[in-house]
Amino acid sequence: MTMHTPAPRITIVGASLAGLRTAEAVAGVLPGARITLIGDEGAAPYNRPPLSKDALESLARGRETAAAVLERLALRSKLGDRAELRLGQAAVALEGTTVRLADGTAIPGDRVIAATGLRPRRLALTGAEGRRHVLRSFADLRALAADLRPGARLVVIGGGFIGCEIAATARKLGLSVRLVEPAPQPMLRALGPRVAAAMAALHRVQGVDLYLGRSVAGFGAAQVVLDDGQALEADVIVEALGSHPNVEWLAGSGADLTDGVLVDDHLCAPGAPGLMAEGDVARFANPLFDATPRRTEHWCIPGQTARRVAEVLAAEAAGSPPPERFAPLPSFWSDQHGLRLQAFGAPTLADATRVVEGDLGLTGTAPVIVEYLREGRPVGVLGLGANPAALARHRAHLETSLARSLAEADPATPAV
Amino acid sequence: MNVTVDMSICLLHGQCVIAAPEVFSFDDAGGLVWLTQVDEGLRGALEAASDACPEQAITFG
Ligand SMILES: Cc1cc2nc3c(=O)[nH]c(=O)nc-3n(C[C@H](O)[C@H](O)[C@H](O)COP(=O)(O)OP(=O)(O)OC[C@H]3O[C@@H](n4cnc5c(N)ncnc54)[C@H](O)[C@@H]3O)c2cc1C
Ligand code: SF4
Repeated sequence: MTMHTPAPRITIVGASLAGLRTAEAVAGVLPGARITLIGDEGAAPYNRPPLSKDALESLARGRETAAAVLERLALRSKLGDRAELRLGQAAVALEGTTVRLADGTAIPGDRVIAATGLRPRRLALTGAEGRRHVLRSFADLRALAADLRPGARLVVIGGGFIGCEIAATARKLGLSVRLVEPAPQPMLRALGPRVAAAMAALHRVQGVDLYLGRSVAGFGAAQVVLDDGQALEADVIVEALGSHPNVEWLAGSGADLTDGVLVDDHLCAPGAPGLMAEGDVARFANPLFDATPRRTEHWCIPGQTARRVAEVLAAEAAGSPPPERFAPLPSFWSDQHGLRLQAFGAPTLADATRVVEGDLGLTGTAPVIVEYLREGRPVGVLGLGANPAALARHRAHLETSLARSLAEADPATPAV
Repeated sequence: MNVTVDMSICLLHGQCVIAAPEVFSFDDAGGLVWLTQVDEGLRGALEAASDACPEQAITFG
């Protein structure tokens, strides 16, 4: 039996997209709730995707001041005075449902929601000090933008979305750009071999030198040394090798912290009563695809999980069971060399692809739409410079098909 | 309520079309079209659309 406090105290840790959207959603459904939003960055919540795209370009060109960029990135908030904001303060521990801050303050609460996101993984190698960057935060953006001068030699380590976007932006800014990726193609896991190969070709045409199947063995004073002995001269280096979930503050909480915070269908962490997680840091199963819990690093997830948290808390307060099943349709986009990639579903789970419109050989010059299949069933769709109306039709088709599979797997759910 | 989309920042993500199909859609050429006047009953849908827009291009009220 859960106790229903009339004015529950909700503590949200991580004041970025997920934290803000959750505070807003909870304030909407529980008007009496006392909400505290804790964030270790000094800035109010801001939008991250532009950090590798137009914000990087604009700041590197000196077209805008840092203050103007930050103001433009700030997330519009509906929160007003409905939450107490504690910015510039890291949570360092969770004791029951009390959050301990770096300065020793204890924030008691009834519920704690982890929205602490990720931080960039770094290479455990020394050398090239002062030239090495990562990109996750506004502070990272300022440091990197200051070094992206026309003509400078940039080496990007890691060919995921963020690495590829930085490479593309740097080409636009007139740098010479090399990209090192251990896999045979950039963005291979996310896009599959055929689309990744087409994207590799686009990067080459746009002047990015790709070092594929290569990893970094060490750094010289102004060099990146590869595992085959090649030394790449570098004025600027970006490590874009993926991320670590920020879960250290939850050590000892009882939650499963293997690759993020494991949560159930209600976004509650088994083993840690009162703890929920959402956004990039949450690992959950999406029944649209299967029963394997995964983290999803897409911008859409914070909004979708925030609504789920609010729905679960509202049901609990009303003493009714939360709506069954959390099955959000993921989506992501990326912008590289003026080309918009827009995906729905989970292309990363596919074992086959089918080009349904256009020709991958013309990627970057003509629209392409690719369907992603697993065991013959659609799990995702991707547009490369696609007409949004055409892509929307394919997305609707995917949604119907996923809903049908879901209904077959569990006849209790009506097909849509 | 008036619905405004700042087309100088809209990047045609189409998230609004998913969140509030009653209000937003794409024409055949792929341009965004939307109802500029809607009644109060659609406030929830508009909030969802404006939250889902990665460019924060949508305002209403
Ligand atoms: C450069 C870049 C480009 C991107 N581009 C795209 C894109 O094109 N498309 C797309 O779909 N997605 C993109 N993303 C991903 C998207 O931005 C994320 O999915 C989103 O930011 C996740 O939000 P979040 O709130 O869960 O986590 P985060 O935004 O990571 O926020 C977590 C917050 O918690 C804070 N925090 C961490 N630990 C603590 C602690 N102990 N105490 C207090 N606070 C703490 C962090 O400092 C941070 O402010 C991009 C991300 C980056 C970095
Ligand atoms: S979600 Fe925003 S950016 Fe995308 S089409 Fe709608 S208004 Fe434009």
